Amino acid sequence: MNIFSLNRKQIKAKPLSSLLNIFLFATGVAIISFLFLTTEKIESQLSSNVAGIDLVVGAKGSPLQLILAGIYHIDHPTGNIQYKEALELTKNPLIKQAVPLALGDSYRGFRIIGTDQTYPDLYHGQLKEGMLWKTDFETNIGFKVAEKTGLKISDSFTGVHGFIEDAGHAHDEHEYIVTGIFEETGTVLDQLILTNIASVWKIHEHHHEHHDEKHMESEGAHVTEAEETHDHEHEHTDKSGHVHTDGHEHEHGYDHGHNAGEEHGHTQENDEEITMLLVKYTNPMGAITLPRLVNSSTNMQAASPALEINRLYSLMGVGIRTIRLIAGFIMAISAFSIFISLLNSLKERKYELALIRSMGGSRSKVFSLVILEGISIAFIGYLVGLALSRLGMLLVSYYTENNYHYNLQQWFNINDGYFLFVSLVIGLLSALIPAIKAMHTDISKTLSE
Amino acid sequence: MNNKALITRNLIFSYTRSVTFGFPDIDCEPGNHCIITGPSGCGKTTFLHLIAGLLKPDSGEVIVQGTDTVRLYSSEADRFRGKNIGIIYQKPHFIQWLTAFENLQIARYLNNLATENEDINHLLRSLNLQGKAKSKPSQMSQGELQRLSIARAVINKPALILADEPTSSLDDKNCEEALNLLKRQAEELQASLVIATHDKRLLDHFSNRIFL
Repeated sequence: MNIFSLNRKQIKAKPLSSLLNIFLFATGVAIISFLFLTTEKIESQLSSNVAGIDLVVGAKGSPLQLILAGIYHIDHPTGNIQYKEALELTKNPLIKQAVPLALGDSYRGFRIIGTDQTYPDLYHGQLKEGMLWKTDFETNIGFKVAEKTGLKISDSFTGVHGFIEDAGHAHDEHEYIVTGIFEETGTVLDQLILTNIASVWKIHEHHHEHHDEKHMESEGAHVTEAEETHDHEHEHTDKSGHVHTDGHEHEHGYDHGHNAGEEHGHTQENDEEITMLLVKYTNPMGAITLPRLVNSSTNMQAASPALEINRLYSLMGVGIRTIRLIAGFIMAISAFSIFISLLNSLKERKYELALIRSMGGSRSKVFSLVILEGISIAFIGYLVGLALSRLGMLLVSYYTENNYHYNLQQWFNINDGYFLFVSLVIGLLSALIPAIKAMHTDISKTLSE
Repeated sequence: MNNKALITRNLIFSYTRSVTFGFPDIDCEPGNHCIITGPSGCGKTTFLHLIAGLLKPDSGEVIVQGTDTVRLYSSEADRFRGKNIGIIYQKPHFIQWLTAFENLQIARYLNNLATENEDINHLLRSLNLQGKAKSKPSQMSQGELQRLSIARAVINKPALILADEPTSSLDDKNCEEALNLLKRQAEELQASLVIATHDKRLLDHFSNRIFL
């Protein structure tokens, strides 16, 4: 028998009120700890993926959407911009580096990005095996893509139109081939499939061909027309044996008709398009003049990742602060509940505590028994809350991993250490007054009642 | 200097200014017993609590085994009481969330004595409580609780056993039995027994009588 076994027994002696207090405390801890875990992880993901990009230039629309699509690859792009116009812009001396991106397709939920070979450098991507893509339809895949799809060097695959797994129109006519796999970077690069821009163009020129087919129906002439317009297509169409001119592919072609307008635009005038341009400035002056220049004198839109993410933080911040406040309130209630229940049980336990004194137990022993009960409940509540927050984190991480390929798993957080301390202090404070009262119980009076 | 079990001198205690008790002196040799008697409300329990050190007198001395307990600090008094004085209360007060066995264990634990002790089992057997070791106080009968009170009072082998109305709720047969049990336990420990009671049945058994 020692003070800890006594403490265990006194807590077990009133299971319902102990459970209620533990549950209340755990709820507060779980919410706050969950917020610690996820907000920190989200913020670190958001900031690490900016990778020094100062400006994203894309089609007009929501600037936040442009950032989400262009940097984080979670939202749909705002539309396309003229490649020529974009090239024109990169001549500006304030631009140090401009990386073009052409979006539109995906493979098993992983986005296929047409870009140049400087893109992986933004994220310090190193090839684990193979080499950088050189010619059309050669791709390099991110670490997570390789892990989830099982693709290996020299494997081939076909993309689907759009960003949702198994939902878009399949581009069966063009096969991509894997020539390189990146090391894990912990950034968005892990979940991307990179290829050159020409490959993306070619695939969608082909689309365009389909699109025409659909509209021209059986006029027959369209094949030659398309062949004339798009030289590269010729070979390929031949290779695939005109499979697409008939049968089920037409049905898909119809779907595509809707998407094409929104996301790719047409190449009708043979004007090449890209989705956006990731820009780094040569000097801070760029931040002052470039966005205004782009927004006022071109058809394009410029959005600053830093500004948009700050805007996102401040939007999220209100929500997070509110939830934190609620969690804090729950913890305050639980502290109050521990206080009240200890105080209440003191009435029943007066005899017991007086008895302990009369049997030779000192005041400090009685005091520490009551304090220990409060601290124990807070500690158990803390542990239960911590476990609950991890469970919640796993669920949310599972969801984001499946839907956005972002992993929010984080098991340890420095704040949990401080939080343990805070929890114990709360337990101590809520037991303090009952413990002092217990210490000063008049034993003679209590025992002769 | 003084090896008497208990001496009290000129004890005065007041609850309020108007309610003041003065108590007669007691001299009790080791192994001898005495009985404090008088009508209800005359301060028997108060007297007993003063002797136990649960109350501090306004003035006077309580000397147990040569130690003046009145002069001890609170924590010293607690420790001294735990080691040297066993108390049987009028009502059977126990820690409800501990078993009979654990209620005896805690009395040893609080005085830093080994709690895994054969003495506890031995004592339970000698008080015919061996079958109740794992019972909670709420599951025990009045008579069993009375015997458990006695067990707890003697578990630490005190020199002085104080009993407050130990027989008031018992019939003649049980009264006789409880008294014999108390005496036997006191004799085994060579302890002095001080009983506060208004129970006339007990008077004849004691020669050292103090009337309040």
